[in-house]
Amino acid sequence: MDFLNAIIVLFNFTVIPALAYGSQLALGAIFVTLIYAVLRFANFATGDMMSFGTMFAVILTYYFQSLGIGLGVLPTALLTIPFAILMMILYMLIIDKFVFSYYRIKKSPPVQFAMVSVGVMFVTQALIRIIIGPSDRRFLDGEKFIIKATEFKEITGLTEGITLKSTQAITIIVTLIVVSIMFWFLNRTKTGTSMRAYSDNEDLALLSGIDPKRVVLITWVIAGILATIGGVLYGLDKSYRPFVYFNNMLPIFAAAIVGGIGNPFGAFLGGYVIAFAEIFVTYAYKRFISYLLPEHLEPDSLLQLLSTDYKFAVSFSILVVVLLIRPSGIFKGKVI
Amino acid sequence: MKNYKNVIAAYSIMIFLIILVGIFQSWSIALTILNYCLISAVMTIGANIQWGYAGLINFGIMGYTALGGLAVVLVSVEPVKKAWQVGGLNILACIWIIVAIIFIVKFILNRFDKSKLRNYSVASVILGGIILLRVTAAPGIEAIESVDPAKTGFLGGMGLPVLFSWIVGALLAGSLAFVIGKIALGLRADYLAIATLLIAEIIVSIIKHEEWLARGVKNVIGLKRPAPYEIDLQTSEWFINLVAKFNSSKLSLINSISDKQEALNQMVINASSVYVKLCFTGLFLTVVIILLIVTQKALYSPWGRKMRAIRDNEEAASAMGKNIVKEHLLIFILGSAIVGLAGAMMVTNDGLFTPGSYRPMRYTFVIWVMVIVGGTGNNFGAILGGFVVWFLWVEAAPIALFLINLFTSNLPETNAVRVHLIESAPYFRFLVIGIGLLLIMRYRPQGIIPEKIIKQ
Repeated sequence: MDFLNAIIVLFNFTVIPALAYGSQLALGAIFVTLIYAVLRFANFATGDMMSFGTMFAVILTYYFQSLGIGLGVLPTALLTIPFAILMMILYMLIIDKFVFSYYRIKKSPPVQFAMVSVGVMFVTQALIRIIIGPSDRRFLDGEKFIIKATEFKEITGLTEGITLKSTQAITIIVTLIVVSIMFWFLNRTKTGTSMRAYSDNEDLALLSGIDPKRVVLITWVIAGILATIGGVLYGLDKSYRPFVYFNNMLPIFAAAIVGGIGNPFGAFLGGYVIAFAEIFVTYAYKRFISYLLPEHLEPDSLLQLLSTDYKFAVSFSILVVVLLIRPSGIFKGKVI
Repeated sequence: MKNYKNVIAAYSIMIFLIILVGIFQSWSIALTILNYCLISAVMTIGANIQWGYAGLINFGIMGYTALGGLAVVLVSVEPVKKAWQVGGLNILACIWIIVAIIFIVKFILNRFDKSKLRNYSVASVILGGIILLRVTAAPGIEAIESVDPAKTGFLGGMGLPVLFSWIVGALLAGSLAFVIGKIALGLRADYLAIATLLIAEIIVSIIKHEEWLARGVKNVIGLKRPAPYEIDLQTSEWFINLVAKFNSSKLSLINSISDKQEALNQMVINASSVYVKLCFTGLFLTVVIILLIVTQKALYSPWGRKMRAIRDNEEAASAMGKNIVKEHLLIFILGSAIVGLAGAMMVTNDGLFTPGSYRPMRYTFVIWVMVIVGGTGNNFGAILGGFVVWFLWVEAAPIALFLINLFTSNLPETNAVRVHLIESAPYFRFLVIGIGLLLIMRYRPQGIIPEKIIKQ
C-alpha cells in the first residue's frame, strides 16, 4: 500500500503537471522550429505571438460569455480558438508581408532576421498591452476538476489522492490531436512534403517547381494554429498575463534547441524533456521517500535538488549542456 | 571636421531635446534623463564593441548589468560581522568545493579520451558536487538569513568606496564573459544569441534567489554615493549662499522677509537635487569620454582593423593567420566588462539594488535597439543611439498622452475609447521603439550614424 501511495504522490505532483506543461511547451517549440526550418530565423517574437493569439481568445471568451454561449462543462475558450486562430494568422501574414518578406527576398543573414523579429516583438507587445492591458486574467469556465483528490481517496481507499484538473486533460488531449494532425500533414501530404523539401534545400526545391510563396504561407498558417492553441492552453491552465508569455519564450527556445532545432518531432519531445527536467529537479521528494522507507529512517530535509525558484534555470542549464555536448540537439536538427 | 558634420548635428538636436524637457517639465527630470542616457551610452559602447567591431551577438547584456550592480553591493556595503560569524565558514567552504569541482572536471577532461564513461563521470562529479554544496551551504545560509532579516540577512560587502565597485563590476562581468565565451562562442550567431539570453537569465535568477548574497528580491537600499546627499546640502552654508546668489534677482522681487525665506528654502530643495544629479552627470560624462577616446583609438588601430577583417570575412582572416577564437573571446570579455561597468554606474546612480527589476526587455533588447538605431560599428553612433532610444523610452508616454488628448479632444471625457487609450499611454513606448527599430532596419540598416572606415 505504501508503495502505491508513493507512486501516486509522484504521479500527482510531478507527472501530471509535467505532462500538461510539457504539452504547452511542445506546441510553442514546434512553432519555433517550423519558423526556423522553413523561414530560417530564430523568432524572438515567439512568446508575444502566442500571447497575441491568446488575447483574441480571451476577448472572444468574454464576449461569448456575455452572449450566453458556452460549451457546458468545457471551457468557452475552446469555442473561440478557431476565430482567434484566424485573427492570429491574419496578423502573422501582415507582419510577414510588411516586415519579413523584404529580408527573405534580400536573403539577409539570420542575425538580421533575429533583430527584425525583436522589432516585431516590441510592436506585438505594445499592441497587446494597448488592446487588453498588462493585467492578469483568468478566462476558464466550465468544470474545473475531472478527478478531485478527496473523491479519488474515497474510491481507492488510499491516503494520497490524484487531482486531475480539466485544463490539464484538455491540454494533453488537444496537444496530441493537433500534433498528430500536423505530423500527418508534414509527412503524408504533398504540401507537407514540399515544405520539408523547401526546408532541406531551398534551391533544389525551387528547381523542382515548388512555389516558395505557398510554402511560406502554409508555414505561417500552421504557425498561427500552433501559437494560438499553445497560448490558449497555457492561459487556461495557469492564467493569461502578457509578461509571463514573453518569459515563456525562453523555455520554449530551450525545448526547440534541445530537441534539435528545425526538427518538429524533436521539438515535440524537447518540450516534455524540459518540462520533466524542470519539475523533477525542483520537486521535494520528502513525501515520496517517506512512504518507501521505514518510519525511523524518515528524512528531515525536503530532499529537494534545487529550490523551485530555479525552475527556469534548470531548463536553461540543460540547454547549455546540450549545446556543449551535442549542438545539433538530441534528435539531430539542423547542424550549426 | 567636415566628416563630423552630421555627428555634431545629431548630438546638438539631442541636447536641444533634453533642454526642451528641462524647460517644459523640470530640470531635475531632464538631468535624470541625461544621466540615464549616459549610462545607456556606456552599455551601448560595450554592446557595440561586440556587435559592431566583431559581429558577436550577445543577448546577455542583462546578466552583466546585474552583475555590475551586484558588485556595488559587494564592494560598498559595510560587512555584516554577525552574519560572517554564523555562516561565513560554510560559504567559504562552498567556494572551495566549487573550485574543487572545476579542477576535478578539468582533470577528467584533460586526462581521459572522449568516451561515454568520461561523460558519465563528469556528470556524476557535478551532481555529487551540487549535493555536497547543498548540504554544506544549507545551515550557513539559514543562519545568515536569520541575522536581523528585516535589515540585513546577508553577508554584506567590503565597506570600500563606491567608485571602486565600478572597476570590480567590470572585472566581475569580464570574468563571467570569459566563462560564457569559452562555452558559447563556438556557436552560430543566432544560437549564440539564444544561449547568452538564457545564461543571463540564469545569472539574474541566482542573484534574485540567493538572499545571503545580496538580499535577493528583498533589495538593498541606501547604498553609498560618490556625490553629496541632498539633506547635507540643504543645511550647509555655502550651498544656501550659492543658491541665493544665483536667484538674487528673483528673490529681490519678494518684499516680506518670511516669504523670501520660504522661497529660498524651496529653491534650495530644488537646487540640491539638481546639484546632486549634476555631480553624477559629471562622473558619468568622464567615464563616457574616456571610453569614447579609448574605443575610438582602438577602432582605428591595427587591432581594430584586425577585428573588422575577422568580422567581415572570418575565413580570410583565419587564412592570414589571425587567431579568431582568441580575438572573439577577448572582445567578448572587453564588451561585457564595459556593460558591467555600466551596471555598476546605474546602481550607484539609483542608490539601490533591485534584482527583481532586471528584465530582458529593458536590459537586453532595448540596449540592442540602441546599438542598431545609433549605428553599428561607430562609437559616436552607438552613444547617440543610447541617447535617442532612452529619450524616446522615457518621453514616449508623455508625448503619446499629449497626442491622444489632441486627437480625441472632440470626444467626451467619459468616452470608452478615450479612457482606454489614456490608460494605455505608457505602453506606446514599446510601439515607438519597435516601429523605430523596424524602420531603421529597413531603410537605414547602418543606423543613424553609419560606420566610417578611414583609409590610411
